[in-house]
Amino acid sequence: MSDDLVYFSSVSGNTRRFVESLDRPASRIPIYSREERLTATKPYVLVLPTYGGGGMGGAVPKQVIHFLNDEQNRSFIRGVIAAGNTNFGEAYCLAGDIVARKTQVPLLYRFEVFGTPDDREAVQIGLDRLWKQL
Amino acid sequence: MTPSEPLKLLNKVQAINWNRIQDDKDVEVWNRLVNNFWLPEKVPLSNDVQSWATLTPAEQTLTMRVFTGLTLLDTIQGTVGAVSLIPDSLTPHEEAVYTNIAFMESVHAKSYSSIFSTLSNTKDIDEAFRWSTENPNLQKKASIVLDYYHGDEPLKRKVASTLLESFLFYSGFYLPMYWSSRAKLTNTADLIRLIIRDEAVHGYYIGYKFQRGLELVDQAKRDEIKDYTFSLMYDLYENEVQYTQDLYDEVGLTEDVKKFLHYNANKALMNLGYEPMFPKSVTDVNPAILSALSPNADENHDFFSGSGSSYVIGKAVNTEDEDWDF
Repeated sequence: MSDDLVYFSSVSGNTRRFVESLDRPASRIPIYSREERLTATKPYVLVLPTYGGGGMGGAVPKQVIHFLNDEQNRSFIRGVIAAGNTNFGEAYCLAGDIVARKTQVPLLYRFEVFGTPDDREAVQIGLDRLWKQL
Repeated sequence: MTPSEPLKLLNKVQAINWNRIQDDKDVEVWNRLVNNFWLPEKVPLSNDVQSWATLTPAEQTLTMRVFTGLTLLDTIQGTVGAVSLIPDSLTPHEEAVYTNIAFMESVHAKSYSSIFSTLSNTKDIDEAFRWSTENPNLQKKASIVLDYYHGDEPLKRKVASTLLESFLFYSGFYLPMYWSSRAKLTNTADLIRLIIRDEAVHGYYIGYKFQRGLELVDQAKRDEIKDYTFSLMYDLYENEVQYTQDLYDEVGLTEDVKKFLHYNANKALMNLGYEPMFPKSVTDVNPAILSALSPNADENHDFFSGSGSSYVIGKAVNTEDEDWDF
Protein backbone atom coordinates (compact mmCIF):
# COMPACT_ATOMS: atom_id res chain seq x y z
CA MET A 1 0.00 0.00 0.00
CA SER A 2 1.53 3.31 -1.01
CA ASP A 3 0.69 6.94 -0.20
CA ASP A 4 -0.09 10.17 -2.09
CA LEU A 5 3.56 11.11 -1.83
CA VAL A 6 6.44 8.84 -2.76
CA TYR A 7 9.93 10.14 -2.09
CA PHE A 8 13.58 9.25 -2.16
CA SER A 9 16.06 10.75 0.27
CA SER A 10 19.72 9.84 0.82
CA VAL A 11 21.24 9.47 4.30
CA SER A 12 21.62 13.26 4.50
CA GLY A 13 17.82 13.31 4.81
CA ASN A 14 17.10 16.75 3.32
CA THR A 15 14.33 15.54 1.02
CA ARG A 16 12.86 13.43 3.84
CA ARG A 17 12.82 16.53 6.02
CA PHE A 18 10.97 18.49 3.35
CA VAL A 19 8.40 15.71 2.92
CA GLU A 20 7.90 15.35 6.69
CA SER A 21 7.35 19.08 7.00
CA LEU A 22 4.33 18.69 4.69
CA ASP A 23 2.77 16.33 7.24
CA ARG A 24 1.11 14.14 4.61
CA PRO A 25 1.24 10.36 4.33
CA ALA A 26 4.36 9.48 2.36
CA SER A 27 6.16 6.32 1.28
CA ARG A 28 9.94 6.20 1.05
CA ILE A 29 11.80 4.47 -1.77
CA PRO A 30 14.41 2.36 0.07
CA ILE A 31 18.08 3.37 -0.10
CA TYR A 32 19.46 -0.17 0.00
CA SER A 33 18.48 -3.09 -2.22
CA ARG A 34 18.38 -5.37 0.85
CA GLU A 35 15.30 -3.43 2.04
CA GLU A 36 11.82 -4.38 0.93
CA ARG A 37 10.88 -2.86 -2.42
CA LEU A 38 8.23 -0.19 -2.59
CA THR A 39 5.29 -0.82 -4.90
CA ALA A 40 2.90 1.98 -5.79
CA THR A 41 -0.75 0.97 -5.44
CA LYS A 42 -2.39 4.32 -6.19
CA PRO A 43 -1.64 7.68 -7.83
CA TYR A 44 1.22 9.60 -6.24
CA VAL A 45 3.48 12.62 -6.57
CA LEU A 46 7.21 11.80 -6.57
CA VAL A 47 9.62 13.93 -4.53
CA LEU A 48 13.32 13.41 -5.27
CA PRO A 49 16.72 15.11 -4.96
CA THR A 50 19.06 15.79 -7.89
CA TYR A 51 22.39 13.99 -7.79
CA GLY A 52 25.60 14.68 -9.62
CA GLY A 53 26.15 18.35 -9.10
CA GLY A 54 26.79 19.81 -12.49
CA GLY A 55 27.04 17.18 -15.17
CA MET A 56 24.01 15.77 -16.93
CA GLY A 57 24.85 12.17 -16.01
CA GLY A 58 23.64 10.47 -12.85
CA ALA A 59 21.18 13.23 -11.90
CA VAL A 60 18.38 10.79 -11.02
CA PRO A 61 19.27 8.58 -8.02
CA LYS A 62 19.52 4.97 -9.18
CA GLN A 63 17.01 3.84 -6.55
CA VAL A 64 14.42 6.10 -8.21
CA ILE A 65 15.31 4.71 -11.62
CA HIS A 66 14.75 1.16 -10.38
CA PHE A 67 11.46 2.19 -8.86
CA LEU A 68 10.26 3.83 -12.08
CA ASN A 69 11.41 0.99 -14.31
CA ASP A 70 8.54 -0.97 -12.78
CA GLU A 71 5.55 -0.47 -15.05
CA GLN A 72 2.98 -0.41 -12.27
CA ASN A 73 4.96 2.20 -10.32
CA ARG A 74 5.32 4.31 -13.41
CA SER A 75 1.63 4.10 -14.25
CA PHE A 76 0.59 5.80 -11.00
CA ILE A 77 2.93 8.82 -11.12
CA ARG A 78 1.04 12.12 -11.46
CA GLY A 79 3.73 14.73 -10.97
CA VAL A 80 7.28 15.41 -9.78
CA ILE A 81 8.73 17.70 -7.12
CA ALA A 82 12.51 18.03 -7.24
CA ALA A 83 15.24 19.31 -4.96
CA GLY A 84 18.45 20.85 -6.23
CA ASN A 85 20.90 23.70 -5.87
CA THR A 86 21.04 26.79 -8.10
CA ASN A 87 24.83 26.59 -7.73
CA PHE A 88 24.68 23.68 -10.16
CA GLY A 89 23.61 26.02 -12.94
CA GLU A 90 21.76 24.27 -15.75
CA ALA A 91 21.63 21.11 -13.65
CA TYR A 92 19.45 22.82 -11.04
CA CYS A 93 16.74 20.26 -10.13
CA LEU A 94 17.63 18.38 -13.31
CA ALA A 95 16.35 15.08 -11.87
CA GLY A 96 12.86 16.58 -11.85
CA ASP A 97 13.08 17.60 -15.50
CA ILE A 98 14.35 14.16 -16.51
CA VAL A 99 11.67 12.21 -14.63
CA ALA A 100 8.91 14.56 -15.83
CA ARG A 101 10.02 14.10 -19.43
CA LYS A 102 10.41 10.34 -19.14
CA THR A 103 7.08 9.75 -17.45
CA GLN A 104 5.16 12.51 -19.26
CA VAL A 105 3.89 14.24 -16.13
CA PRO A 106 4.36 17.88 -15.05
CA LEU A 107 7.27 19.11 -12.97
CA LEU A 108 5.24 20.57 -10.12
CA TYR A 109 7.77 22.41 -7.99
CA ARG A 110 11.47 22.82 -7.21
CA PHE A 111 13.17 23.64 -3.92
CA GLU A 112 16.65 23.83 -2.38
CA VAL A 113 18.07 21.82 0.56
CA PHE A 114 14.97 21.04 2.68
CA GLY A 115 12.82 23.94 1.46
CA THR A 116 11.89 27.24 3.09
CA PRO A 117 8.56 27.87 4.87
CA ASP A 118 7.41 29.58 1.66
CA ASP A 119 8.24 26.47 -0.35
CA ARG A 120 6.22 24.31 2.02
CA GLU A 121 3.23 26.61 1.77
CA ALA A 122 3.37 26.70 -2.02
CA VAL A 123 3.55 22.91 -2.19
CA GLN A 124 0.70 22.40 0.29
CA ILE A 125 -1.58 24.66 -1.74
CA GLY A 126 -0.40 23.12 -4.99
CA LEU A 127 -0.94 19.54 -3.85
CA ASP A 128 -4.43 20.28 -2.53
CA ARG A 129 -5.30 21.83 -5.86
CA LEU A 130 -3.76 18.97 -7.81
CA TRP A 131 -5.55 16.17 -5.97
CA LYS A 132 -8.89 17.95 -6.50
CA GLN A 133 -8.19 18.17 -10.20
CA LEU A 134 -7.32 14.50 -10.61
CA MET B 1 48.60 31.83 16.52
CA THR B 2 51.25 31.54 19.20
CA PRO B 3 54.39 29.54 18.42
CA SER B 4 53.62 27.19 21.31
CA GLU B 5 50.29 26.09 19.86
CA PRO B 6 50.56 22.35 19.27
CA LEU B 7 50.31 21.12 15.72
CA LYS B 8 46.99 19.34 15.30
CA LEU B 9 47.45 16.14 13.42
CA LEU B 10 45.85 12.75 13.59
CA ASN B 11 47.50 10.65 16.28
CA LYS B 12 46.71 7.39 14.64
CA VAL B 13 46.32 6.58 10.98
CA GLN B 14 45.26 3.27 9.50
CA ALA B 15 45.62 2.30 5.86
CA ILE B 16 42.44 3.53 4.23
CA ASN B 17 40.23 0.75 2.89
CA TRP B 18 37.83 2.05 0.25
CA ASN B 19 36.26 -1.40 0.10
CA ARG B 20 34.83 -1.05 3.56
CA ILE B 21 32.68 2.05 3.79
CA GLN B 22 31.03 3.33 6.97
CA ASP B 23 29.29 6.31 5.38
CA ASP B 24 28.09 6.11 1.75
CA LYS B 25 28.12 9.90 1.61
CA ASP B 26 31.94 9.86 1.68
CA VAL B 27 32.10 7.80 -1.53
CA GLU B 28 29.28 9.72 -3.19
CA VAL B 29 30.91 13.10 -2.50
CA TRP B 30 34.41 11.87 -3.37
CA ASN B 31 33.10 10.70 -6.76
CA ARG B 32 31.18 13.90 -7.31
CA LEU B 33 34.26 16.02 -6.56
CA VAL B 34 36.48 13.92 -8.79
CA ASN B 35 33.95 14.11 -11.64
CA ASN B 36 33.74 17.88 -11.21
CA PHE B 37 37.52 18.37 -11.28
CA TRP B 38 38.70 21.20 -13.52
CA LEU B 39 41.65 23.54 -14.04
CA PRO B 40 41.60 27.24 -14.99
CA GLU B 41 43.75 26.49 -18.07
CA LYS B 42 40.68 24.82 -19.62
CA VAL B 43 38.69 28.07 -19.64
CA PRO B 44 39.43 30.46 -22.56
CA LEU B 45 39.86 33.52 -20.34
CA SER B 46 41.72 35.45 -23.04
CA ASN B 47 38.41 35.84 -24.91
CA ASP B 48 37.50 38.34 -22.19
CA VAL B 49 40.33 40.76 -22.95
CA GLN B 50 38.21 42.94 -25.23
CA SER B 51 35.31 42.90 -22.84
CA TRP B 52 37.60 43.90 -19.97
CA ALA B 53 38.61 46.99 -21.93
CA THR B 54 34.98 48.14 -22.02
CA LEU B 55 34.82 48.39 -18.21
CA THR B 56 35.47 51.78 -16.64
CA PRO B 57 38.59 52.12 -14.47
CA ALA B 58 36.34 52.05 -11.37
CA GLU B 59 34.66 48.86 -12.57
CA GLN B 60 38.01 47.26 -13.24
CA THR B 61 39.27 48.19 -9.80
CA LEU B 62 36.11 46.81 -8.21
CA THR B 63 36.49 43.55 -10.12
CA MET B 64 40.13 43.15 -9.12
CA ARG B 65 39.33 43.83 -5.48
CA VAL B 66 36.46 41.37 -5.46
CA PHE B 67 38.72 38.68 -6.85
CA THR B 68 41.54 39.32 -4.38
CA GLY B 69 38.95 39.00 -1.60
CA LEU B 70 37.83 35.66 -3.03
CA THR B 71 41.47 34.60 -3.39
CA LEU B 72 42.00 35.24 0.30
CA LEU B 73 39.01 33.09 1.31
CA ASP B 74 40.05 30.25 -0.98
CA THR B 75 43.59 30.43 0.36
CA ILE B 76 42.33 30.20 3.93
CA GLN B 77 40.05 27.31 3.10
CA GLY B 78 42.77 25.46 1.17
CA THR B 79 45.66 25.83 3.57
CA VAL B 80 43.89 26.01 6.94
CA GLY B 81 40.13 25.41 6.81
CA ALA B 82 39.71 22.08 5.06
CA VAL B 83 42.93 20.77 6.60
CA SER B 84 41.77 21.69 10.12
CA LEU B 85 38.74 19.42 9.65
CA ILE B 86 40.82 16.31 9.00
CA PRO B 87 41.62 15.43 12.65
CA ASP B 88 37.89 15.60 13.56
CA SER B 89 36.79 13.15 10.87
CA LEU B 90 34.44 10.34 11.79
CA THR B 91 35.71 8.03 9.04
CA PRO B 92 39.03 7.65 7.15
CA HIS B 93 37.19 8.39 3.92
CA GLU B 94 36.02 11.70 5.33
CA GLU B 95 39.69 12.58 5.87
CA ALA B 96 40.38 11.81 2.21
CA VAL B 97 37.47 13.98 1.07
CA TYR B 98 38.91 16.94 3.01
CA THR B 99 42.26 16.54 1.25
CA ASN B 100 40.38 16.75 -2.05
CA ILE B 101 38.50 19.85 -0.87
CA ALA B 102 41.76 21.46 0.32
CA PHE B 103 43.46 20.91 -3.03
CA MET B 104 40.49 22.19 -5.00
CA GLU B 105 40.42 25.37 -2.90
CA SER B 106 44.05 25.92 -3.88
CA VAL B 107 43.03 25.47 -7.53
CA HIS B 108 40.33 28.10 -6.99
CA ALA B 109 42.80 30.51 -5.37
CA LYS B 110 45.21 30.05 -8.26
CA SER B 111 42.51 30.53 -10.89
CA TYR B 112 41.99 34.15 -9.81
CA SER B 113 45.64 34.76 -10.61
CA SER B 114 44.98 33.31 -14.07
CA ILE B 115 42.20 35.85 -14.50
CA PHE B 116 44.45 38.68 -13.29
CA SER B 117 47.37 37.81 -15.52
CA THR B 118 45.05 37.49 -18.53
CA LEU B 119 43.17 40.74 -18.04
CA SER B 120 45.39 43.07 -16.05
CA ASN B 121 48.96 44.15 -15.41
CA THR B 122 51.48 43.68 -12.60
CA LYS B 123 51.03 47.14 -11.15
CA ASP B 124 47.24 46.89 -10.88
CA ILE B 125 47.42 43.31 -9.62
CA ASP B 126 49.82 44.31 -6.84
CA GLU B 127 47.61 47.27 -6.02
CA ALA B 128 44.54 45.03 -5.68
CA PHE B 129 46.39 42.58 -3.42
CA ARG B 130 47.57 45.52 -1.31
CA TRP B 131 43.95 46.66 -0.97
CA SER B 132 42.96 43.18 0.22
CA THR B 133 45.53 43.24 3.02
CA GLU B 134 44.47 46.72 4.09
CA ASN B 135 40.66 46.48 3.94
CA PRO B 136 39.58 46.09 7.58
CA ASN B 137 36.31 44.30 6.79
CA LEU B 138 37.95 41.73 4.57
CA GLN B 139 40.67 41.16 7.15
CA LYS B 140 38.06 40.89 9.87
CA LYS B 141 36.15 38.18 8.08
CA ALA B 142 39.37 36.27 7.55
CA SER B 143 40.38 36.59 11.19
CA ILE B 144 36.95 35.58 12.57
CA VAL B 145 37.05 32.35 10.57
CA LEU B 146 40.74 31.67 11.25
CA ASP B 147 40.15 32.04 15.00
CA TYR B 148 37.63 29.22 14.90
CA TYR B 149 39.86 27.01 12.82
CA HIS B 150 42.54 27.39 15.48
CA GLY B 151 40.06 26.73 18.30
CA ASP B 152 39.55 23.29 19.78
CA GLU B 153 35.85 22.77 19.04
CA PRO B 154 35.36 20.39 16.10
CA LEU B 155 31.68 21.27 15.60
CA LYS B 156 32.40 24.99 15.64
CA ARG B 157 35.11 24.51 13.05
CA LYS B 158 32.56 22.84 10.79
CA VAL B 159 30.09 25.67 11.34
CA ALA B 160 32.72 28.28 10.45
CA SER B 161 33.77 26.23 7.44
CA THR B 162 30.21 25.81 6.13
CA LEU B 163 29.46 29.50 6.57
CA LEU B 164 32.62 30.32 4.64
CA GLU B 165 31.81 27.88 1.81
CA SER B 166 28.10 28.70 1.58
CA PHE B 167 27.86 32.36 2.65
CA LEU B 168 31.09 34.38 2.79
CA PHE B 169 32.01 33.91 -0.86
CA TYR B 170 28.83 35.40 -2.23
CA SER B 171 29.52 39.12 -1.86
CA GLY B 172 32.28 38.32 -4.34
CA PHE B 173 30.47 35.80 -6.55
CA TYR B 174 27.78 38.39 -7.20
CA LEU B 175 29.99 40.54 -9.43
CA PRO B 176 30.94 38.04 -12.16
CA MET B 177 27.27 37.00 -12.32
CA TYR B 178 26.37 40.66 -12.72
CA TRP B 179 28.90 41.11 -15.54
CA SER B 180 27.70 37.91 -17.17
CA SER B 181 24.10 39.13 -17.09
CA ARG B 182 25.31 42.14 -19.10
CA ALA B 183 27.23 39.92 -21.52
CA LYS B 184 30.59 41.03 -20.06
CA LEU B 185 33.51 38.85 -18.92
CA THR B 186 31.47 35.79 -19.83
CA ASN B 187 34.43 33.38 -19.86
CA THR B 188 35.53 34.60 -16.45
CA ALA B 189 31.95 33.98 -15.31
CA ASP B 190 32.15 30.43 -16.67
CA LEU B 191 35.22 29.83 -14.51
CA ILE B 192 33.54 31.35 -11.45
CA ARG B 193 30.52 29.07 -12.03
CA LEU B 194 32.86 26.08 -11.72
CA ILE B 195 34.04 27.45 -8.37
CA ILE B 196 30.44 28.09 -7.29
CA ARG B 197 29.53 24.50 -8.16
CA ASP B 198 32.44 23.15 -6.09
CA GLU B 199 31.62 25.32 -3.09
CA ALA B 200 28.07 23.97 -3.12
CA VAL B 201 29.33 20.40 -2.78
CA HIS B 202 31.82 21.44 -0.08
CA GLY B 203 29.18 23.31 1.94
CA TYR B 204 26.71 20.45 1.59
CA TYR B 205 29.25 17.84 2.71
CA ILE B 206 30.75 19.74 5.64
CA GLY B 207 27.23 20.69 6.75
CA TYR B 208 26.18 17.05 6.53
CA LYS B 209 29.18 15.93 8.62
CA PHE B 210 28.35 18.68 11.11
CA GLN B 211 24.86 17.22 11.51
CA ARG B 212 26.29 13.71 11.97
CA GLY B 213 28.59 15.12 14.67
CA LEU B 214 25.71 16.90 16.36
CA GLU B 215 23.95 13.54 16.80
CA LEU B 216 26.82 12.42 19.04
CA VAL B 217 26.50 15.21 21.64
CA ASP B 218 23.83 15.90 24.29
CA GLN B 219 20.98 18.39 23.99
CA ALA B 220 22.73 21.08 26.07
CA LYS B 221 25.67 21.01 23.68
CA ARG B 222 23.35 21.08 20.67
CA ASP B 223 21.63 24.17 22.06
CA GLU B 224 24.97 25.84 22.66
CA ILE B 225 26.15 25.09 19.12
CA LYS B 226 22.92 26.41 17.65
CA ASP B 227 23.22 29.68 19.59
CA TYR B 228 26.83 29.91 18.55
CA THR B 229 25.97 29.34 14.89
CA PHE B 230 23.37 32.08 14.77
CA SER B 231 25.53 34.57 16.65
CA LEU B 232 28.46 33.83 14.35
CA MET B 233 26.13 34.27 11.38
CA TYR B 234 25.00 37.67 12.73
CA ASP B 235 28.62 38.78 13.28
CA LEU B 236 29.68 37.67 9.84
CA TYR B 237 26.57 39.15 8.25
CA GLU B 238 27.14 42.59 9.81
CA ASN B 239 30.73 42.54 8.67
CA GLU B 240 29.68 41.29 5.24
CA VAL B 241 27.28 44.21 4.81
CA GLN B 242 30.10 46.65 5.55
CA TYR B 243 32.43 44.82 3.20
CA THR B 244 29.74 44.93 0.52
CA GLN B 245 29.39 48.69 1.04
CA ASP B 246 33.17 49.15 0.74
CA LEU B 247 33.08 47.42 -2.61
CA TYR B 248 29.75 48.20 -4.21
CA ASP B 249 28.56 51.60 -2.95
CA GLU B 250 30.48 53.37 -5.66
CA VAL B 251 28.68 51.47 -8.43
CA GLY B 252 25.32 51.57 -6.65
CA LEU B 253 24.84 47.80 -6.35
CA THR B 254 24.98 47.33 -2.57
CA GLU B 255 21.26 46.67 -2.04
CA ASP B 256 21.16 44.19 -4.89
CA VAL B 257 24.18 42.34 -3.49
CA LYS B 258 22.57 42.18 -0.04
CA LYS B 259 19.63 40.19 -1.39
CA PHE B 260 22.09 37.69 -2.79
CA LEU B 261 23.78 37.56 0.63
CA HIS B 262 20.46 36.86 2.39
CA TYR B 263 19.54 34.15 -0.06
CA ASN B 264 22.89 32.41 0.42
CA ALA B 265 22.95 32.91 4.19
CA ASN B 266 19.70 30.93 4.29
CA LYS B 267 21.23 28.13 2.24
CA ALA B 268 24.31 28.08 4.47
CA LEU B 269 22.13 27.68 7.58
CA MET B 270 20.12 24.96 5.86
CA ASN B 271 23.30 23.10 4.94
CA LEU B 272 23.91 22.98 8.70
CA GLY B 273 20.36 21.71 9.23
CA TYR B 274 18.97 24.97 10.63
CA GLU B 275 15.90 26.84 9.47
CA PRO B 276 16.54 29.83 7.18
CA MET B 277 16.88 33.19 8.91
CA PHE B 278 15.91 35.75 6.25
CA PRO B 279 12.28 36.06 5.06
CA LYS B 280 11.28 35.87 1.43
CA SER B 281 10.85 39.65 1.26
CA VAL B 282 14.64 40.17 1.45
CA THR B 283 15.84 37.09 -0.44
CA ASP B 284 14.30 37.98 -3.79
CA VAL B 285 17.52 37.87 -5.77
CA ASN B 286 17.56 39.98 -8.91
CA PRO B 287 16.24 37.62 -11.64
CA ALA B 288 19.13 38.60 -13.93
CA ILE B 289 21.64 37.46 -11.29
CA LEU B 290 19.74 34.24 -10.56
CA SER B 291 19.51 33.51 -14.25
CA ALA B 292 23.26 34.11 -14.69
CA LEU B 293 23.79 31.57 -11.93
CA SER B 294 21.19 29.04 -13.04
CA PRO B 295 19.56 29.68 -16.44
CA ASN B 296 16.29 27.84 -15.79
CA ALA B 297 15.76 28.68 -12.12
CA ASP B 298 12.99 31.18 -12.89
CA GLU B 299 9.77 30.78 -10.99
CA ASN B 300 7.50 30.02 -13.90
CA HIS B 301 9.35 26.88 -14.78
CA ASP B 302 7.16 24.65 -12.63
CA PHE B 303 3.45 23.86 -12.48
CA PHE B 304 2.66 25.11 -8.96
CA SER B 305 4.22 28.54 -9.60
CA GLY B 306 3.22 28.81 -13.25
CA SER B 307 0.53 31.16 -14.40
CA GLY B 308 -2.58 29.07 -14.97
CA SER B 309 -1.03 26.31 -17.07
CA SER B 310 -3.40 23.37 -17.29
CA TYR B 311 -2.53 19.95 -15.95
CA VAL B 312 -1.74 17.52 -18.74
CA ILE B 313 -0.20 14.08 -18.54
CA GLY B 314 0.98 12.15 -21.54
CA LYS B 315 1.52 8.48 -22.09
CA ALA B 316 4.56 7.20 -20.24
CA VAL B 317 6.97 5.11 -22.25
CA ASN B 318 8.66 1.96 -21.10
CA THR B 319 12.00 2.54 -19.36
CA GLU B 320 15.12 0.51 -18.69
CA ASP B 321 18.21 1.41 -16.67
CA GLU B 322 20.16 2.50 -19.74
CA ASP B 323 17.38 4.88 -20.86
CA TRP B 324 18.24 7.07 -17.89
CA ASP B 325 21.88 7.54 -18.72
CA PHE B 326 21.80 11.14 -19.96
